[in-house]
Amino acid sequence: MDAGLHIFFAEKVERLTDRLYGTALRLTRNSDDAEDLVAETVAKAWAKLGKLSDPQSFDAWIQRILTNTFVSEWRHRRASPEVAMEPEPEDGGDEPFSLYEKLHQPFLLWWTTPEEEVIAKLLREDIDRALDVLPDAFRIAVVLVDVEGYSYGEAAELLGVPIGTVRSRLARARAQLQRALWQHGKDAGLLERHMSAKAHNV
Amino acid sequence: MSEPTVKCEEVLKHLIAYLDRETDAHTAAEIEQHLEQCRSCYSRAEFERRLKAHVRAAGSRSAPERLRARIRKLVDDEF
Repeated sequence: MDAGLHIFFAEKVERLTDRLYGTALRLTRNSDDAEDLVAETVAKAWAKLGKLSDPQSFDAWIQRILTNTFVSEWRHRRASPEVAMEPEPEDGGDEPFSLYEKLHQPFLLWWTTPEEEVIAKLLREDIDRALDVLPDAFRIAVVLVDVEGYSYGEAAELLGVPIGTVRSRLARARAQLQRALWQHGKDAGLLERHMSAKAHNV
Repeated sequence: MSEPTVKCEEVLKHLIAYLDRETDAHTAAEIEQHLEQCRSCYSRAEFERRLKAHVRAAGSRSAPERLRARIRKLVDDEF
């Protein structure tokens, strides 16, 4: 391997480490596992670097190696009878939920535009927590599409499931995510001011 | 200004797929035209767009220094 390629690789990986680690953290929900996943990804990428035909596509290429490594391990664990895994969420059972519609209610709108205020106050920890409590299959669909930017078709291919399954998991994942954020908004008192404003005017 | 060609219900039905860039070009163009003229749907679209951006940002977190050191060592050892 020549020195130029080594420098190219080292610089690229250095620049992408936060992104790779963040994605790995969302996929694994565990910092030690996320670090191992990133290290394994980098080792694989280095070993396969000669096969990368277009250096411009390095970012997407290494991101895909990370995703494939995680998904393949996840599917393997799911198939293993010794490991008690979270069951695949059954179809149906949870109601659609829209955070926007929940916030966009007349008594909340009396004071201001709460949907704007709530979303501006969302902390990254709120999003992390809401993502982390999703069932595996749902969380992974959201990470692939919303975090990594894969199309539904690409996510289906990576996961080895029909595109309709990705669509359905995404819809249900986002409903659960928004419900969790709504609950957080209430628990953190983000809506308190609006509620009390209403109470003083009835 | 021309009237929107699709109704709000139709836009909301396809809004998430539109934001995910999963609609065909014709549907995307109809939704875009509607959003330019309908404040209510535009607000909804902006909300979903910003929420999606928050979720996307969850994919980037400061890597611990020990991971950076581990990667540097890995790359140097391989070379």
